[in-house]
Amino acid sequence: MAMTITEKILSSHAGCEKVHPGMLIMARVDIALGNDVTAPLAIEEFRKAGGKQVFDRRKVVLTPDHFTPNKDINSASLCKIMRDFAREQEITHYFEIGEVGIEHALLPEQGIVLPGDLVIGADSHTCTYGALGAFATGVGSTDLAAAMLTGEAWFRVPETMKVILRGKPGKWVSGKDVILYLIGLIGVDGALYRALEFSGEGVAALTMTDRLTIANMAIEAGAKNGIFIPDEITRAYVAGRAKREYSCLDSDPDAEYSQVVEINLSSLEPQVAFPHLPSNVRDISRVGEVKIDQVVIGSCTNGRIEDLRMAAAILKGRRTAPFVRLIIIPATQEIYRMAMHEGLFDIFLAAKAAISTPTCGPCLGGHMGVLAEGERAVATTNRNFVGRMGHVKSEVYLSNPAIAAASAVLGRIASPDEL
Amino acid sequence: MHFKGKAWKFGNNIDTDVIIPARYLTTSDPAVLARHCMEDANPLFVSRVTPGDIIVAGENFGCGSSREHAPIAIKAAGISCVIAKSFARIFYRNAFNMGLPIFEAADLWSQISDGQELVIDGQSGLVTAGEIKIRTSPIPVFMQELIAAGGLMNYMVKRKAAINDPQK
Repeated sequence: MAMTITEKILSSHAGCEKVHPGMLIMARVDIALGNDVTAPLAIEEFRKAGGKQVFDRRKVVLTPDHFTPNKDINSASLCKIMRDFAREQEITHYFEIGEVGIEHALLPEQGIVLPGDLVIGADSHTCTYGALGAFATGVGSTDLAAAMLTGEAWFRVPETMKVILRGKPGKWVSGKDVILYLIGLIGVDGALYRALEFSGEGVAALTMTDRLTIANMAIEAGAKNGIFIPDEITRAYVAGRAKREYSCLDSDPDAEYSQVVEINLSSLEPQVAFPHLPSNVRDISRVGEVKIDQVVIGSCTNGRIEDLRMAAAILKGRRTAPFVRLIIIPATQEIYRMAMHEGLFDIFLAAKAAISTPTCGPCLGGHMGVLAEGERAVATTNRNFVGRMGHVKSEVYLSNPAIAAASAVLGRIASPDEL
Repeated sequence: MHFKGKAWKFGNNIDTDVIIPARYLTTSDPAVLARHCMEDANPLFVSRVTPGDIIVAGENFGCGSSREHAPIAIKAAGISCVIAKSFARIFYRNAFNMGLPIFEAADLWSQISDGQELVIDGQSGLVTAGEIKIRTSPIPVFMQELIAAGGLMNYMVKRKAAINDPQK
Protein backbone atom coordinates (compact mmCIF):
# COMPACT_ATOMS: atom_id res chain seq x y z
CA MET A 1 0.00 0.00 0.00
CA ALA A 2 1.08 3.55 -0.71
CA MET A 3 3.00 5.46 1.96
CA THR A 4 4.57 8.88 2.40
CA ILE A 5 8.30 9.20 3.13
CA THR A 6 7.44 9.88 6.79
CA GLU A 7 5.34 6.70 6.99
CA LYS A 8 8.09 4.68 5.29
CA ILE A 9 10.76 5.77 7.76
CA LEU A 10 8.46 5.15 10.75
CA SER A 11 7.37 1.71 9.51
CA SER A 12 10.91 0.52 8.80
CA HIS A 13 12.04 1.64 12.26
CA ALA A 14 9.02 0.07 13.98
CA GLY A 15 9.61 -3.23 12.20
CA CYS A 16 6.21 -3.31 10.55
CA GLU A 17 5.40 -3.46 6.85
CA LYS A 18 2.85 -0.70 6.84
CA VAL A 19 1.82 2.10 9.16
CA HIS A 20 -1.10 4.47 8.84
CA PRO A 21 -1.89 7.85 10.41
CA GLY A 22 -3.16 7.56 13.97
CA MET A 23 -1.34 4.29 14.65
CA LEU A 24 0.81 4.18 17.81
CA ILE A 25 4.18 2.58 17.29
CA MET A 26 7.35 1.88 19.21
CA ALA A 27 10.29 2.65 16.93
CA ARG A 28 14.04 2.29 17.15
CA VAL A 29 15.98 5.54 16.91
CA ASP A 30 19.19 6.11 14.92
CA ILE A 31 20.18 9.21 16.88
CA ALA A 32 19.04 10.56 20.26
CA LEU A 33 20.18 14.12 20.97
CA GLY A 34 20.31 16.32 24.05
CA ASN A 35 21.73 19.73 24.96
CA ASP A 36 22.85 21.49 28.14
CA VAL A 37 19.27 22.47 29.06
CA THR A 38 17.54 19.15 28.39
CA ALA A 39 20.18 16.44 28.79
CA PRO A 40 20.85 16.94 32.54
CA LEU A 41 17.16 16.20 33.27
CA ALA A 42 17.32 13.17 30.97
CA ILE A 43 20.47 11.90 32.67
CA GLU A 44 18.72 12.20 36.06
CA GLU A 45 15.72 10.21 34.75
CA PHE A 46 18.05 7.65 33.13
CA ARG A 47 19.76 7.03 36.48
CA LYS A 48 16.51 7.00 38.47
CA ALA A 49 15.26 4.22 36.17
CA GLY A 50 18.35 2.18 37.03
CA GLY A 51 20.20 3.01 33.80
CA LYS A 52 23.84 1.92 33.84
CA GLN A 53 24.79 2.05 30.18
CA VAL A 54 23.30 3.84 27.17
CA PHE A 55 21.84 1.57 24.49
CA ASP A 56 24.55 2.57 21.97
CA ARG A 57 27.25 5.12 22.75
CA ARG A 58 27.59 5.98 19.02
CA LYS A 59 23.93 6.95 18.75
CA VAL A 60 23.64 9.35 21.67
CA VAL A 61 24.70 12.91 20.81
CA LEU A 62 25.35 15.55 23.49
CA THR A 63 25.87 19.20 22.57
CA PRO A 64 26.48 21.93 25.16
CA ASP A 65 25.24 24.81 22.99
CA HIS A 66 22.53 26.81 24.78
CA PHE A 67 24.14 28.63 27.73
CA THR A 68 27.72 28.09 26.55
CA PRO A 69 30.46 29.10 26.98
CA ASN A 70 28.90 28.93 30.43
CA LYS A 71 27.22 32.17 31.38
CA ASP A 72 27.03 31.52 35.13
CA ILE A 73 27.65 28.92 37.82
CA ASN A 74 24.29 27.21 37.34
CA SER A 75 24.81 26.72 33.62
CA ALA A 76 28.36 25.52 34.26
CA SER A 77 26.92 22.91 36.64
CA LEU A 78 24.48 21.70 33.97
CA CYS A 79 27.31 21.30 31.47
CA LYS A 80 29.37 19.45 34.06
CA ILE A 81 26.57 16.89 34.52
CA MET A 82 26.58 16.33 30.76
CA ARG A 83 30.36 16.22 30.45
CA ASP A 84 30.74 13.73 33.33
CA PHE A 85 28.04 11.53 31.77
CA ALA A 86 29.69 11.71 28.32
CA ARG A 87 33.03 10.71 29.84
CA GLU A 88 31.54 7.88 31.90
CA GLN A 89 29.49 6.50 28.99
CA GLU A 90 32.24 7.11 26.41
CA ILE A 91 29.75 8.95 24.20
CA THR A 92 31.23 9.16 20.68
CA HIS A 93 29.49 12.39 19.72
CA TYR A 94 30.08 14.65 22.69
CA PHE A 95 31.31 18.04 21.53
CA GLU A 96 33.34 20.09 23.97
CA ILE A 97 33.50 23.90 23.86
CA GLY A 98 35.90 24.66 21.04
CA GLU A 99 34.41 22.02 18.79
CA VAL A 100 30.70 22.32 19.59
CA GLY A 101 28.32 24.32 17.42
CA ILE A 102 24.58 24.93 17.50
CA GLU A 103 23.26 21.38 17.44
CA HIS A 104 21.02 21.59 14.37
CA ALA A 105 23.75 23.17 12.27
CA LEU A 106 26.42 20.83 13.66
CA LEU A 107 24.79 17.40 13.21
CA PRO A 108 24.07 17.70 9.46
CA GLU A 109 27.47 19.35 8.87
CA GLN A 110 29.29 16.50 10.61
CA GLY A 111 27.30 13.79 8.80
CA ILE A 112 25.86 12.52 12.09
CA VAL A 113 22.27 12.62 10.79
CA LEU A 114 21.57 11.15 7.36
CA PRO A 115 18.72 10.55 4.90
CA GLY A 116 16.27 7.85 6.02
CA ASP A 117 17.26 8.19 9.70
CA LEU A 118 14.84 8.36 12.59
CA VAL A 119 16.12 11.04 14.94
CA ILE A 120 14.75 12.32 18.22
CA GLY A 121 16.19 15.27 20.05
CA ALA A 122 15.30 16.91 23.33
CA ASP A 123 15.08 20.21 21.50
CA SER A 124 12.08 21.34 19.51
CA HIS A 125 14.12 22.34 16.45
CA THR A 126 15.30 18.76 15.93
CA CYS A 127 12.88 18.79 12.99
CA THR A 128 15.68 20.57 11.04
CA TYR A 129 17.09 17.23 9.82
CA GLY A 130 14.00 16.60 7.71
CA ALA A 131 15.83 18.73 5.14
CA LEU A 132 17.98 15.66 4.47
CA GLY A 133 15.02 13.30 4.09
CA ALA A 134 15.19 12.02 7.67
CA PHE A 135 12.29 11.74 10.11
CA ALA A 136 13.39 14.02 12.94
CA THR A 137 11.30 15.37 15.77
CA GLY A 138 11.62 17.20 19.05
CA VAL A 139 10.79 15.45 22.32
CA GLY A 140 11.23 16.14 26.03
CA SER A 141 13.89 15.00 28.46
CA THR A 142 11.98 11.90 29.61
CA ASP A 143 11.69 10.69 26.01
CA LEU A 144 15.43 11.22 25.62
CA ALA A 145 16.07 9.32 28.86
CA ALA A 146 13.92 6.39 27.68
CA ALA A 147 15.66 6.35 24.29
CA MET A 148 19.12 6.44 25.91
CA LEU A 149 18.05 3.43 27.98
CA THR A 150 16.22 1.34 25.37
CA GLY A 151 17.01 2.80 21.93
CA GLU A 152 13.30 3.26 21.34
CA ALA A 153 10.64 5.97 21.35
CA TRP A 154 6.88 5.95 20.93
CA PHE A 155 5.14 7.78 18.12
CA ARG A 156 1.67 8.41 16.87
CA VAL A 157 2.02 8.15 13.09
CA PRO A 158 1.17 11.64 11.80
CA GLU A 159 -1.03 12.62 8.91
CA THR A 160 0.96 14.45 6.25
CA MET A 161 0.30 17.90 4.86
CA LYS A 162 1.88 18.39 1.45
CA VAL A 163 3.37 21.77 0.58
CA ILE A 164 3.92 22.11 -3.15
CA LEU A 165 6.51 24.74 -4.06
CA ARG A 166 6.48 26.23 -7.55
CA GLY A 167 8.70 28.74 -9.34
CA LYS A 168 12.00 30.22 -8.19
CA PRO A 169 12.63 32.61 -5.31
CA GLY A 170 13.52 36.17 -6.34
CA LYS A 171 16.21 38.53 -5.04
CA TRP A 172 16.62 38.60 -1.24
CA VAL A 173 14.11 35.74 -0.85
CA SER A 174 15.39 32.65 0.98
CA GLY A 175 14.18 29.56 2.79
CA LYS A 176 13.32 31.73 5.80
CA ASP A 177 10.76 33.63 3.76
CA VAL A 178 9.21 30.43 2.45
CA ILE A 179 8.64 29.02 5.93
CA LEU A 180 7.52 32.35 7.45
CA TYR A 181 5.04 32.77 4.60
CA LEU A 182 3.72 29.23 5.14
CA ILE A 183 3.33 29.77 8.90
CA GLY A 184 1.50 33.00 8.17
CA LEU A 185 -0.77 31.10 5.80
CA ILE A 186 -1.68 28.12 8.01
CA GLY A 187 -1.02 29.51 11.52
CA VAL A 188 1.12 28.40 14.45
CA ASP A 189 -0.99 25.27 14.87
CA GLY A 190 -1.82 24.85 11.18
CA ALA A 191 0.15 21.61 10.97
CA LEU A 192 -0.43 20.46 14.58
CA TYR A 193 0.50 16.79 15.12
CA ARG A 194 1.17 16.45 11.37
CA ALA A 195 4.11 15.95 9.05
CA LEU A 196 4.90 18.78 6.61
CA GLU A 197 6.22 17.37 3.35
CA PHE A 198 7.78 19.84 0.92
CA SER A 199 7.65 18.93 -2.75
CA GLY A 200 7.14 20.38 -6.21
CA GLU A 201 9.57 21.61 -8.84
CA GLY A 202 10.36 24.67 -6.71
CA VAL A 203 12.34 22.49 -4.28
CA ALA A 204 15.13 22.13 -6.86
CA ALA A 205 15.67 25.91 -6.62
CA LEU A 206 16.32 25.67 -2.87
CA THR A 207 19.82 25.12 -1.51
CA MET A 208 20.42 22.72 1.39
CA THR A 209 20.73 25.78 3.63
CA ASP A 210 17.28 26.97 2.50
CA ARG A 211 15.85 23.51 3.18
CA LEU A 212 17.44 23.27 6.63
CA THR A 213 15.91 26.65 7.51
CA ILE A 214 12.48 25.58 6.26
CA ALA A 215 12.46 22.21 8.05
CA ASN A 216 13.86 23.92 11.17
CA MET A 217 10.73 26.03 11.61
CA ALA A 218 8.19 23.27 10.86
CA ILE A 219 7.64 23.18 14.64
CA GLU A 220 6.54 26.82 14.47
CA ALA A 221 3.50 25.61 12.51
CA GLY A 222 2.92 22.94 15.18
CA ALA A 223 4.24 20.15 12.93
CA LYS A 224 5.74 16.93 14.22
CA ASN A 225 8.34 16.96 11.45
CA GLY A 226 9.17 18.76 8.22
CA ILE A 227 10.62 16.67 5.42
CA PHE A 228 12.08 16.96 1.93
CA ILE A 229 12.48 14.09 -0.55
CA PRO A 230 16.23 13.57 -1.09
CA ASP A 231 17.48 14.68 -4.54
CA GLU A 232 20.81 15.50 -6.21
CA ILE A 233 21.31 18.47 -3.87
CA THR A 234 20.85 16.16 -0.87
CA ARG A 235 23.25 13.56 -2.27
CA ALA A 236 25.87 16.20 -3.01
CA TYR A 237 25.52 17.53 0.56
CA VAL A 238 25.74 14.12 2.21
CA ALA A 239 28.61 12.82 0.05
CA GLY A 240 31.87 13.19 1.93
CA ARG A 241 30.07 13.67 5.25
CA ALA A 242 28.38 10.30 5.73
CA LYS A 243 30.43 7.69 7.54
CA ARG A 244 27.72 5.01 7.48
CA GLU A 245 25.01 3.78 5.12
CA TYR A 246 21.85 5.75 4.53
CA SER A 247 18.71 5.46 2.43
CA CYS A 248 17.15 8.05 0.17
CA LEU A 249 13.40 7.40 0.19
CA ASP A 250 10.51 8.89 -1.75
CA SER A 251 6.77 9.14 -1.12
CA ASP A 252 4.64 6.84 -3.25
CA PRO A 253 2.75 8.68 -6.02
CA ASP A 254 -0.61 7.60 -4.60
CA ALA A 255 0.24 8.25 -0.93
CA GLU A 256 -2.49 9.99 1.03
CA TYR A 257 -2.28 13.57 2.29
CA SER A 258 -4.60 15.25 4.75
CA GLN A 259 -4.18 18.63 3.05
CA VAL A 260 -2.31 20.15 0.11
CA VAL A 261 -1.04 23.73 0.08
CA GLU A 262 0.69 25.47 -2.85
CA ILE A 263 3.19 28.30 -2.67
CA ASN A 264 4.53 30.20 -5.67
CA LEU A 265 8.11 31.10 -4.80
CA SER A 266 8.35 33.59 -7.68
CA SER A 267 5.78 35.91 -6.14
CA LEU A 268 7.20 35.84 -2.58
CA GLU A 269 8.63 38.97 -0.96
CA PRO A 270 10.96 38.80 2.04
CA GLN A 271 8.79 38.23 5.12
CA VAL A 272 8.97 39.75 8.60
CA ALA A 273 7.19 38.13 11.55
CA PHE A 274 5.99 40.78 13.99
CA PRO A 275 5.65 40.17 17.74
CA HIS A 276 4.56 37.91 19.33
CA LEU A 277 3.91 34.96 17.02
CA PRO A 278 5.87 33.59 14.03
CA SER A 279 2.56 33.57 12.11
CA ASN A 280 2.21 37.34 12.42
CA VAL A 281 3.98 37.96 9.08
CA ARG A 282 4.04 40.89 6.70
CA ASP A 283 5.68 41.44 3.32
CA ILE A 284 8.77 43.64 3.70
CA SER A 285 7.04 46.29 1.59
CA ARG A 286 4.29 46.53 4.22
CA VAL A 287 6.39 46.75 7.35
CA GLY A 288 6.29 50.53 7.78
CA GLU A 289 8.60 52.45 10.12
CA VAL A 290 9.88 50.13 12.87
CA LYS A 291 12.96 51.46 14.68
CA ILE A 292 15.27 48.86 16.21
CA ASP A 293 17.93 48.57 18.93
CA GLN A 294 19.57 45.27 18.06
CA VAL A 295 20.10 42.83 15.21
CA VAL A 296 21.00 39.17 15.71
CA ILE A 297 22.23 37.10 12.76
CA GLY A 298 22.71 33.48 13.74
CA SER A 299 20.88 30.52 15.39
CA CYS A 300 19.98 27.01 14.23
CA THR A 301 17.65 28.68 11.74
CA ASN A 302 20.02 31.10 9.97
CA GLY A 303 23.59 30.80 11.25
CA ARG A 304 25.05 28.87 8.29
CA ILE A 305 27.77 30.09 5.93
CA GLU A 306 25.32 31.05 3.15
CA ASP A 307 23.43 33.16 5.71
CA LEU A 308 26.63 34.93 6.73
CA ARG A 309 27.62 35.47 3.08
CA MET A 310 24.22 37.02 2.43
CA ALA A 311 24.66 39.37 5.38
CA ALA A 312 28.22 40.23 4.31
CA ALA A 313 27.10 41.09 0.76
CA ILE A 314 24.90 43.79 2.27
CA LEU A 315 27.21 44.94 5.06
CA LYS A 316 30.28 45.31 2.79
CA GLY A 317 31.48 48.91 2.95
CA ARG A 318 28.66 49.89 5.31
CA ARG A 319 28.34 50.49 9.04
CA THR A 320 25.70 49.66 11.58
CA ALA A 321 23.51 52.66 12.47
CA PRO A 322 24.45 54.67 15.59
CA PHE A 323 23.12 53.15 18.83
CA VAL A 324 22.24 49.86 17.10
CA ARG A 325 23.99 46.64 18.16
CA LEU A 326 24.73 44.02 15.52
CA ILE A 327 25.56 40.55 16.85
CA ILE A 328 26.69 37.86 14.41
CA ILE A 329 26.95 34.26 15.56
CA PRO A 330 28.37 31.65 13.17
CA ALA A 331 26.54 28.43 14.08
CA THR A 332 29.52 26.06 14.13
CA GLN A 333 33.30 26.19 14.38
CA GLU A 334 33.55 25.09 10.73
CA ILE A 335 31.30 27.97 9.66
CA TYR A 336 33.34 30.31 11.87
CA ARG A 337 36.55 29.20 10.17
CA MET A 338 35.05 29.52 6.67
CA ALA A 339 33.70 33.00 7.42
CA MET A 340 37.10 34.04 8.72
CA HIS A 341 39.00 32.69 5.71
CA GLU A 342 36.55 34.19 3.23
CA GLY A 343 37.13 37.63 4.73
CA LEU A 344 33.58 37.96 6.07
CA PHE A 345 34.89 38.85 9.53
CA ASP A 346 36.71 41.89 8.11
CA ILE A 347 33.44 43.07 6.62
CA PHE A 348 31.54 42.41 9.85
CA LEU A 349 34.14 44.14 12.02
CA ALA A 350 34.23 47.17 9.70
CA ALA A 351 30.43 47.25 9.99
CA LYS A 352 30.72 47.42 13.80
CA ALA A 353 29.42 43.92 14.39
CA ALA A 354 30.18 41.86 17.48
CA ILE A 355 31.16 38.37 16.34
CA SER A 356 30.40 35.58 18.80
CA THR A 357 31.58 32.04 19.23
CA PRO A 358 28.82 29.52 18.31
CA THR A 359 25.97 29.52 20.86
CA CYS A 360 22.16 29.58 20.93
CA GLY A 361 22.66 32.54 23.29
CA PRO A 362 20.26 35.40 22.59
CA CYS A 363 17.73 33.39 20.56
CA LEU A 364 16.17 32.14 23.78
CA GLY A 365 17.15 35.12 25.91
CA GLY A 366 20.00 33.14 27.42
CA HIS A 367 23.02 35.41 27.07
CA MET A 368 25.12 37.26 24.45
CA GLY A 369 22.48 39.85 23.56
CA VAL A 370 19.53 39.88 25.97
CA LEU A 371 17.05 42.77 25.49
CA ALA A 372 16.05 45.42 28.04
CA GLU A 373 12.52 46.70 28.64
CA GLY A 374 11.05 48.35 25.56
CA GLU A 375 13.86 47.28 23.21
CA ARG A 376 13.30 45.88 19.73
CA ALA A 377 15.40 43.38 17.83
CA VAL A 378 15.39 42.05 14.30
CA ALA A 379 16.62 38.48 14.46
CA THR A 380 17.20 35.66 12.01
CA THR A 381 16.10 33.31 14.79
CA ASN A 382 12.89 31.30 14.99
CA ARG A 383 10.66 32.59 17.79
CA ASN A 384 9.30 36.00 18.71
CA PHE A 385 7.19 35.00 21.72
CA VAL A 386 6.66 37.35 24.67
CA GLY A 387 9.97 37.72 26.52
CA ARG A 388 11.79 35.33 24.20
CA MET A 389 14.97 37.43 23.90
CA GLY A 390 14.83 39.09 27.28
CA HIS A 391 12.49 41.50 29.05
CA VAL A 392 8.80 40.67 28.93
CA LYS A 393 8.24 44.08 27.32
CA SER A 394 10.88 43.65 24.60
CA GLU A 395 10.06 42.75 21.00
CA VAL A 396 11.53 40.38 18.41
CA TYR A 397 10.94 40.63 14.66
CA LEU A 398 11.94 37.57 12.63
CA SER A 399 13.50 37.91 9.19
CA ASN A 400 16.07 36.48 6.79
CA PRO A 401 19.76 37.55 7.02
CA ALA A 402 19.51 40.09 4.17
CA ILE A 403 16.69 41.99 5.85
CA ALA A 404 18.47 41.76 9.21
CA ALA A 405 21.71 43.18 7.75
CA ALA A 406 19.96 46.02 5.93
CA SER A 407 18.00 46.81 9.10
CA ALA A 408 21.23 47.05 11.10
CA VAL A 409 22.58 49.63 8.66
CA LEU A 410 19.43 51.74 8.58
CA GLY A 411 18.41 51.34 12.23
CA ARG A 412 14.89 50.33 11.23
CA ILE A 413 13.40 47.26 9.58
CA ALA A 414 14.36 47.64 5.94
CA SER A 415 14.99 45.87 2.66
CA PRO A 416 18.47 45.88 1.07
CA ASP A 417 16.83 47.67 -1.86
CA GLU A 418 16.53 50.75 0.35
CA LEU A 419 20.29 51.05 0.82
CA MET B 1 -9.12 10.14 40.91
CA HIS B 2 -10.77 13.53 41.21
CA PHE B 3 -9.25 16.95 40.58
CA LYS B 4 -10.80 19.90 42.35
CA GLY B 5 -9.75 23.52 42.31
CA LYS B 6 -10.32 26.96 40.91
CA ALA B 7 -9.83 27.70 37.24
CA TRP B 8 -6.96 29.84 35.92
CA LYS B 9 -7.94 30.90 32.43
CA PHE B 10 -5.32 31.56 29.74
CA GLY B 11 -5.80 32.24 26.02
CA ASN B 12 -4.53 30.60 22.83
CA ASN B 13 -0.92 29.70 21.98
CA ILE B 14 0.47 29.86 25.53
CA ASP B 15 4.09 28.97 24.73
CA THR B 16 6.68 27.30 26.91
CA ASP B 17 8.70 30.55 27.06
CA VAL B 18 5.76 32.05 28.93
CA ILE B 19 5.12 28.95 31.06
CA ILE B 20 8.73 29.00 32.22
CA PRO B 21 11.06 31.62 30.66
CA ALA B 22 14.43 30.38 29.42
CA ARG B 23 16.23 32.71 31.86
CA TYR B 24 15.29 30.21 34.58
CA LEU B 25 16.39 27.09 32.69
CA THR B 26 19.77 26.99 34.36
CA THR B 27 18.11 24.78 36.96
CA SER B 28 15.70 21.86 36.86
CA ASP B 29 14.77 22.14 40.54
CA PRO B 30 10.93 21.93 40.53
CA ALA B 31 10.59 24.31 43.51
CA VAL B 32 12.64 27.03 41.80
CA LEU B 33 10.84 26.57 38.48
CA ALA B 34 7.47 26.75 40.25
CA ARG B 35 8.33 30.19 41.64
CA HIS B 36 8.45 31.61 38.08
CA CYS B 37 5.68 29.60 36.44
CA MET B 38 3.51 31.72 34.10
CA GLU B 39 5.05 34.95 35.42
CA ASP B 40 5.29 36.57 31.97
CA ALA B 41 1.61 35.85 31.27
CA ASN B 42 0.19 36.65 34.72
CA PRO B 43 2.59 37.94 37.41
CA LEU B 44 -0.01 37.20 40.13
CA PHE B 45 -0.30 33.53 39.25
CA VAL B 46 2.51 32.25 41.46
CA SER B 47 1.46 34.14 44.59
CA ARG B 48 -2.24 33.27 44.27
CA VAL B 49 -2.30 29.72 42.93
CA THR B 50 -3.44 27.15 45.48
CA PRO B 51 -2.80 23.40 45.43
CA GLY B 52 -5.33 21.61 43.23
CA ASP B 53 -6.04 24.58 40.96
CA ILE B 54 -6.66 23.91 37.30
CA ILE B 55 -5.33 25.72 34.21
CA VAL B 56 -7.98 26.13 31.52
CA ALA B 57 -6.43 27.28 28.24
CA GLY B 58 -7.30 27.83 24.61
CA GLU B 59 -5.71 26.27 21.55
CA ASN B 60 -2.13 25.02 21.13
CA PHE B 61 -1.18 25.14 24.83
CA GLY B 62 2.54 24.57 25.40
CA CYS B 63 3.72 25.46 21.90
CA GLY B 64 7.36 26.29 21.31
CA SER B 65 10.34 24.64 22.91
CA SER B 66 10.59 21.05 24.11
CA ARG B 67 11.57 22.01 27.67
CA GLU B 68 10.08 19.54 30.12
CA HIS B 69 10.69 22.26 32.67
CA ALA B 70 7.29 23.60 31.53
CA PRO B 71 5.09 20.74 32.80
CA ILE B 72 7.44 20.36 35.78
CA ALA B 73 6.93 24.03 36.72
CA ILE B 74 3.15 23.74 36.35
CA LYS B 75 2.96 20.60 38.47
CA ALA B 76 5.29 21.98 41.13
CA ALA B 77 3.25 25.19 41.31
CA GLY B 78 0.40 23.04 42.62
CA ILE B 79 -1.71 22.78 39.47
CA SER B 80 -3.58 19.46 39.51
CA CYS B 81 -4.33 19.28 35.80
CA VAL B 82 -4.52 21.32 32.58
CA ILE B 83 -7.56 21.44 30.33
CA ALA B 84 -7.06 23.05 26.91
CA LYS B 85 -8.85 23.23 23.60
CA SER B 86 -5.72 21.62 22.13
CA PHE B 87 -2.10 21.00 23.11
CA ALA B 88 1.11 21.46 21.14
CA ARG B 89 2.47 17.99 20.50
CA ILE B 90 5.73 18.05 22.46
CA PHE B 91 3.98 19.45 25.54
CA TYR B 92 1.28 16.78 25.11
CA ARG B 93 3.75 13.90 25.16
CA ASN B 94 5.89 15.49 27.90
CA ALA B 95 2.84 15.78 30.16
CA PHE B 96 1.94 12.09 29.82
CA ASN B 97 5.59 11.02 30.01
CA MET B 98 6.26 12.85 33.29
CA GLY B 99 2.82 12.56 34.88
CA LEU B 100 0.98 15.89 34.61
CA PRO B 101 -2.69 15.06 33.92
CA ILE B 102 -4.05 16.90 30.88
CA PHE B 103 -7.43 16.88 29.16
CA GLU B 104 -8.69 18.22 25.84
CA ALA B 105 -12.06 19.97 25.76
CA ALA B 106 -13.16 22.31 22.98
CA ASP B 107 -16.25 23.70 24.72
CA LEU B 108 -15.23 24.30 28.32
CA TRP B 109 -13.19 27.52 27.96
CA SER B 110 -16.07 29.75 26.83
CA GLN B 111 -18.49 28.40 29.45
CA ILE B 112 -16.54 29.01 32.63
CA SER B 113 -15.14 32.11 34.27
CA ASP B 114 -11.70 32.76 35.73
CA GLY B 115 -11.56 31.56 39.33
CA GLN B 116 -14.61 29.31 39.04
CA GLU B 117 -14.53 26.05 41.02
CA LEU B 118 -14.10 22.95 38.82
CA VAL B 119 -14.29 19.25 39.58
CA ILE B 120 -12.92 16.67 37.14
CA ASP B 121 -13.44 12.95 37.31
CA GLY B 122 -10.04 11.72 36.15
CA GLN B 123 -11.49 8.37 35.11
CA SER B 124 -14.40 9.51 32.95
CA GLY B 125 -12.99 12.93 32.09
CA LEU B 126 -16.24 14.61 33.12
CA VAL B 127 -15.83 18.26 34.16
CA THR B 128 -18.37 19.79 36.53
CA ALA B 129 -18.50 23.56 36.88
CA GLY B 130 -21.58 24.51 38.91
CA GLU B 131 -24.55 23.50 36.77
CA ILE B 132 -22.40 22.85 33.71
CA LYS B 133 -21.18 19.36 32.87
CA ILE B 134 -18.75 18.89 29.99
CA ARG B 135 -17.05 15.73 28.81
CA THR B 136 -13.38 15.99 27.77
CA SER B 137 -11.97 13.96 24.87
CA PRO B 138 -11.23 10.34 25.83
CA ILE B 139 -7.57 9.72 26.71
CA PRO B 140 -6.02 7.36 24.10
CA VAL B 141 -5.43 3.80 25.33
CA PHE B 142 -1.64 4.08 25.09
CA MET B 143 -1.64 7.24 27.22
CA GLN B 144 -3.78 5.43 29.79
CA GLU B 145 -1.15 2.69 29.88
CA LEU B 146 1.56 5.31 30.47
CA ILE B 147 -0.46 6.78 33.35
CA ALA B 148 -1.13 3.32 34.82
CA ALA B 149 2.58 2.47 34.66
CA GLY B 150 3.44 5.71 36.48
CA GLY B 151 5.02 7.49 33.52
CA LEU B 152 7.16 6.66 30.51
CA MET B 153 10.32 5.51 32.30
CA ASN B 154 8.47 2.88 34.33
CA TYR B 155 6.59 1.80 31.21
CA MET B 156 9.80 1.40 29.18
CA VAL B 157 11.65 -0.41 31.96
CA LYS B 158 8.77 -2.90 32.29
CA ARG B 159 8.58 -3.28 28.52
CA LYS B 160 12.32 -3.97 28.29
CA ALA B 161 12.09 -6.51 31.10
CA ALA B 162 9.17 -8.25 29.38
CA ILE B 163 11.10 -8.47 26.09
CA ASN B 164 14.22 -9.84 27.81
CA ASP B 165 12.21 -12.35 29.84
CA PRO B 166 8.91 -13.25 28.14
CA GLN B 167 8.01 -15.73 30.96
CA LYS B 168 7.48 -12.92 33.43
